[in-house]
Amino acid sequence: MKVLVAVKRVIDYNVKIRVKPDHSDVDLTNVKMAMNPFCEIAVEEAVRLKEKGVATEIVAVTVGPKAAQEQLRTALALGADRAIHVETEERVESLAVAKLLKGVVDEEQPGLVILGKQAIDTDNNQTGQMLAALANMGQGTFASEVAFGDGVEEGEVRVTREIDGGLQTVALKLPAVVTTDLRLNEPRYAKLPDIMKAKKKPLDTRTPEALGVSVASGLSLLKVETPAERKGGIKLGSVDELIDKLKNEAKVL
Amino acid sequence: MSILVLAEHHDGQLAAGTAHVVGAALAIGGDIDILVAGDDVAGVAEAAARLDGVSCVRVADAPAYAHQLAEPLAELLAQLADDYSHVLAAASTEGKNVLPRVAALKDVSQISEILSVESADTFKRPIYAGNAIATVQSSDAFKVITVRTTAFDPVADGGGATIEALDIVVSSELSRFIGEELAQNERPELGGARVVISGGRGMGNGDNFKLLDGIADKLGAAIGASRAAVDAGFVPNDMQVGQTGKIVAPDLYIAVGISGAIQHLAGMKDSKVIVAINKDDEAPIFQVADYGLVGDLFEILPELEQKL
Repeated sequence: MKVLVAVKRVIDYNVKIRVKPDHSDVDLTNVKMAMNPFCEIAVEEAVRLKEKGVATEIVAVTVGPKAAQEQLRTALALGADRAIHVETEERVESLAVAKLLKGVVDEEQPGLVILGKQAIDTDNNQTGQMLAALANMGQGTFASEVAFGDGVEEGEVRVTREIDGGLQTVALKLPAVVTTDLRLNEPRYAKLPDIMKAKKKPLDTRTPEALGVSVASGLSLLKVETPAERKGGIKLGSVDELIDKLKNEAKVL
Repeated sequence: MSILVLAEHHDGQLAAGTAHVVGAALAIGGDIDILVAGDDVAGVAEAAARLDGVSCVRVADAPAYAHQLAEPLAELLAQLADDYSHVLAAASTEGKNVLPRVAALKDVSQISEILSVESADTFKRPIYAGNAIATVQSSDAFKVITVRTTAFDPVADGGGATIEALDIVVSSELSRFIGEELAQNERPELGGARVVISGGRGMGNGDNFKLLDGIADKLGAAIGASRAAVDAGFVPNDMQVGQTGKIVAPDLYIAVGISGAIQHLAGMKDSKVIVAINKDDEAPIFQVADYGLVGDLFEILPELEQKL
């Protein structure tokens, strides 16, 4: 089975963000960028499926500027066999990304598509669900376990989902879309020889025009602000003092 | 304008978040209907009809909607979309699962997890784990929106909406329900609790979380955890408070042995009063806490429980 795994280039999760002085967006100039953490989990899951003999080929795909090829090379170093870069310098909203991925799905005909549940920049949590709708596939969002053959029929995947209050397990008809949650796996680090080998793996490019997709969006970003800072309070000397403050000053007890 | 709110329900009970979503719908303005979809949901529909400000509760009661899987539910919502200018749901795992699918079926964008309504087409929402707030405007004729429930006050009970049965049955071959494992919990739900007490990596292990039980009992609090405590395997993920877990905004939030990573702060910094208990005087959590106690939590917690 061919597995398509989508990755996104985002600000490194350890970097403290700055809002541009004109409030037009977050300032990404000279900021360390990396693969979105949920996408790392997606790549790891695809690699594990290949190690188990379930996946036969892993194709990594990204939508983004030229520099996003770095993240595709990372995916290749981690175990993807080849990569597809849908190149655009424009700001692309989730729906347009889903349409572009649908174009790649039509070309590649994967048995399973794995994406991160959300990107840590826009925090939208939309693309996987939108792709599933456009491709008329079932969706296993917020997955903490992905299994084949175990309690489900041939041609299905069993996905355990992290839902409010617990876990839900569904069976999805293949091909299907899975989005990853934190506990699905712990991603490995790329080894140096694999990083060297990844440079020689095939990487094809596409454009939105070639895929017949307009990246125009019904959404416009009017303003980006820093949230009101919370001011630190006081340090207290004892439990008695804390209870007194909560009762008589904050009046929450 | 007319707004459709997707009701959320579990075990025949309307979820508390739905009243908050109706609160967000009121801020947009216009007629508000609620969709209750599920199997055997007459009681949920009656509860929804009592919410203030609601005109009509539309009920899709069929086995096909049991467990509210995204595939049939999104199709149903897409079929109802032409009657509405907006569809709203809580930014819960249910709303996050279903609504983007609806948006794609209708070829429109989704606005995720709004914090405020600036006008009927303009909203504020958090980006970068709440470290920035974006104001976004939608020109789509049909707007698909999820709502951060803690950012909107709930409407009261006291309304008397009409209840209308829908005979649209959408079944989907794409997915089927296998099972559910829900945490058994007599405490209030994290999202709606008035008091939350959370433990972090400083708790040392999962057993030590029992030290929070007595305090939670006395305060009627929900118990949460930081991502570090979840990743260390102390407690299950559904207890996680933070950008990648639950977003809470209780009257009182007590952080115990939590250093205060950005991703945790994003999940609790809108709490009214924050108390931090930590042995590290320099822990970033003290920068957002109203009251801090520096010391050994294994001494402080039993004393606090006893004196409350």
